[in-house]
Parts: sequence; structure tokens; C-alpha cells
Amino acid sequence: MFFWEPEVNTLLTQSINLFATGLLVLAFAMIAQRRILTLIHLFTLQGASLVAATLVVAYLTDQHHLYYSAAITFALKVVLIPILLHRLIDRLNVRWDVETLLNIPTTMLIGIVLVIFAFNLAAPIAVLSNSIARGTLGIALASVLLSFLMMIVRAKAVPQVIGFLSMENGLFFAATAATSGMPMLVELGIAFDVLVGILILGVFMFQIREQFDSLDIRHLEKLKED
Amino acid sequence: MITLSGFVSQLLEIILALALAPLLTGWVNQWRAWLQNRSAPSLLQPYRVLHKLFNKESVVAESASPIFRIAPYIVFGCMTLVCAIAPTLSTDLPLAPAADTIALVGLFALARVFISLAAMDIGTSFGTLGARREMLIGFLAEPALLMVLFSASLITQSTSLANIVETLAHQPFAIYPSLVVAGVAFTFVALAENARVPVDNPATHLELTMIHEALILEYSGRHLALIEWAAALKLFAYSCIGLALFFPWGIAGAGTPLAMLVAMPVLLAKLAIGGVLLALIETINAKMRLFRVPEFLATAFLLAVIALLVHVLLGA
Repeated sequence: MFFWEPEVNTLLTQSINLFATGLLVLAFAMIAQRRILTLIHLFTLQGASLVAATLVVAYLTDQHHLYYSAAITFALKVVLIPILLHRLIDRLNVRWDVETLLNIPTTMLIGIVLVIFAFNLAAPIAVLSNSIARGTLGIALASVLLSFLMMIVRAKAVPQVIGFLSMENGLFFAATAATSGMPMLVELGIAFDVLVGILILGVFMFQIREQFDSLDIRHLEKLKED
Repeated sequence: MITLSGFVSQLLEIILALALAPLLTGWVNQWRAWLQNRSAPSLLQPYRVLHKLFNKESVVAESASPIFRIAPYIVFGCMTLVCAIAPTLSTDLPLAPAADTIALVGLFALARVFISLAAMDIGTSFGTLGARREMLIGFLAEPALLMVLFSASLITQSTSLANIVETLAHQPFAIYPSLVVAGVAFTFVALAENARVPVDNPATHLELTMIHEALILEYSGRHLALIEWAAALKLFAYSCIGLALFFPWGIAGAGTPLAMLVAMPVLLAKLAIGGVLLALIETINAKMRLFRVPEFLATAFLLAVIALLVHVLLGA
């Protein structure tokens, strides 16, 4: 026990808020980003801030299983999935693709509304929780909703997959913030689900492109060849 | 009440701003040249330019109205006042009650309105083009700047810049996520307002892309010198406001005039690092299309709004 420990602990508690804010801002940056390559970098950064937040919560609450889940998150979301995504966009040859989107500022304004909604929704829940990071529940919820928005407004398959993954980031952070993490078994299950999910979606994307010569998922709206 | 130490610190700040502003511009230009593998101009080049311009005859178009003649003085006056209000060395400033953060944004707006009016006054197409672009950037940047200042105001419960900095500088160190986000938004706004690279290139007279240069195309002699000096002062003021809000350590508080002896080297060190970072940003970014600028500034605005919301949610 050091004499400066209380101050360090206060700073660490505040740093959870900082990482949470980072998560939210990165979710916003993803909405605003047109380039697929930068999108993957942003996703990696978001994973890294999630790992940092989980580590701090683990240290402050002295819960060992959170260290393991931070390690799994790091291995999956900062290392493995970005590598898979990089290989995917290399092989699909969409590395420098610039997606044509509907008006980014409008999307971001909708995003702000979502954030306000999420913050309001989470405020009463956070009061009931006694977790150390309860204030950040609203941020976690907002990140989930923003990733949802991203999946809705994107036309191409790869950004949609990234939106899906970043939604999982938000959910994971919500679990850490509200209840100090899920049981280990659930966490492992989700981790493998995500991994299998991205593998299947990768195969799926190749199929889409082979069928339609493009990754634009609007082609899937037609049910019959005419 | 105006104390002697307050008076001295105020005077010192104004002199420092007037003297150092061109140096900061020279420092940024020098680093930019180094980072871009060019041979750098001298650190004192802005002073030489000012000296040259002040000794030259000022040519004014026949059709110019008085607005064209008084605009440089108004712009220069606004920027000097802003530099006097921004706490660079000390927060004990007798002029600080003259304008809080909202009026500060108004001062920038006043300068912008006059320089735009003067640019349109002559009736050349370039002046009008520059004025329109300047107003486009201004009306998008101002709300973002206001939101940034508001998030600092919310934390410190005051809209006076001196009070905000006083509170932030003399409290135990704490991490404010809202201030971090607001700092990013402030950087965006500062780049746009000071005609820096992602928005405008200060070093070019390329007709199609210029904004600031198009505004002042018709000026010469001492008028141009005043405007160039005011531009340097604006960069200095923005740097100092940013440093005071987000890195407030080292600024002397009220009643401790001797702390200014420490504040001076700290300020110089902070400005030097800030200048290098600015040059770095300008080197690694490409200038964006004019129609991307609204998106850039909308991002800044939304970041500032997020900062406010995060403050409301987390209370930090």
C-alpha cells in the first residue's frame, strides 16, 4: 500500500470515463469515415480502448476474470479480427474503396439524437447500479446505437460487418460498465461467436461479389432474376 | 479594482503578444519547411516582411470607401484585445471583464465581418469570392468554438476566460473526458479559423483555392502589414486560448506576480511545442476540397456537442 494510492485510484476511475468517451468518439468517427481501410484502423483503436477500460475496471475492482476477458478482447479485436479484415479487403480488392454514402452530416446529426436518447435512457439505470463504471452505461448504450445506425446507413458489405463488430464492442463495454463483466463462459461463447461470425460473413461476401460483381448489398433486395 | 501587479501583467501580456506573434508564425513556417524537406526561411522573416511593408507606400483603389481604409485598424484592434483578454501569463488581468468567452467569439466575428466587407468593397471578383468563403467558414466555426468554450464553462461555472483558467489551473489534477473531446474540436476550429492546411493554405496564391489570401489581395503597404500582423496575432491568440484551456499549468494566478517569471518560460515552451505540432498537422494533411470544409467543421461542432453531453452524463 503506497501513500499515493488513493490519488492514483481516483485518476484511474476517471480514466475509465476517458476510455469510454474514446469509445463513443471512435463510434462517431466510424460513421463519418468513407474509406474502408481507415474504418478498420478505427475499429482496432476502439478495441484497444475497450481493452484499456476493461483492464482499469479489473484492477480497480480486483476481479481476475476481467483480466482474462481483456486478454481475449485484445487477442480478438485488436489483433485477430483486424488482420482477418485486412486480408479480406485485400482479397476483395476494396482496400481503397471510397463508399458513396448519403450525406454524412445528416447521419451525424441523427447520431447526436441517438446519443441524447441513450444518455437519457441510461441515467435511471445507472442510479440503481453500484458498479464503479456505472456512469459510462449511457456511453456504452450510445455506442451500440451508433453502430446500429452505421449498419443501417451503409450500402456496402464490409462496413456493415465492421458496424456489427463495433456494436459487439459497445455491448461488451455495457456489460463491463453495468455489472463488472459477464460470466466467463458467456464471454468465451460471445468471443467465438464473433469470430465464427466474421468467418462466415467473409465467405458470404465472396459469394455476394461472385453473384453480383459488387459488394453493394442493395442487390440482395431483388429476390428473382429478371 | 486595478492593482499594480494586475496592470503590469496586463501590459506585459499585450507587449508579449505583439512582439511574439510574428515569431510564432516564423517558427511554424520554419518547421513546416523542415518537415517538407525545403530550406527554411529565417525565424525572423515575418518581422522583415512587416518592416518592409510598413516602409512601403499604401496604394488604395479609387473606388474604395472608408470601410476599406479602416478595416485593417479594426481587425488589428480586435486581435490585440483578444490577446489582452486571453490569459497567457497571468489570470490577473484588468481587461478580462471587458469580454467573456461569448464576447470573445464576437470579437473574432467583428474582425471577420470587417475584413469581408473591405474585401467586397473594391468590387473585384476575387475579393467577393474570398469574402463568401470566409463567411462560410466563419458561420460554421463559430458555433463549434462556442460549444467548446461552453464545455469549459460548465466545468468551472464561469464564462470569463480568466476565471475558467484560474479554476482549471489551480485545482488538483483530474481527467476531464469532456475537455479532451473539446480539445480535439478546438483544434479543428483553430485550423479552420487560422486558414491552415486542411482548410486553406496560407502559403499559396493559387486562385481557385485561396480564402484568406483572396480577402487581402487588394491591400498593400501599411494596411497589409497591419493585416498580416493581425493574422499572426490571431494564431497567437488561438494558441494561447487552447493552451490556457487544455494545458493550464504554469499560468500565474491573482496575487502572485512573481509566478509570472515561471509562467514566461513555460508559455514559450508550450508555444514552441504547439508550433511544431501545427507544422506537423499541416505537413501530413492534404488540403481538402472547399465543399468538404462544412463536413470538417460539422465534425468539430458535433465533437463539441458530445463534449457537452459527456459532461452532463459523467459530471466530468
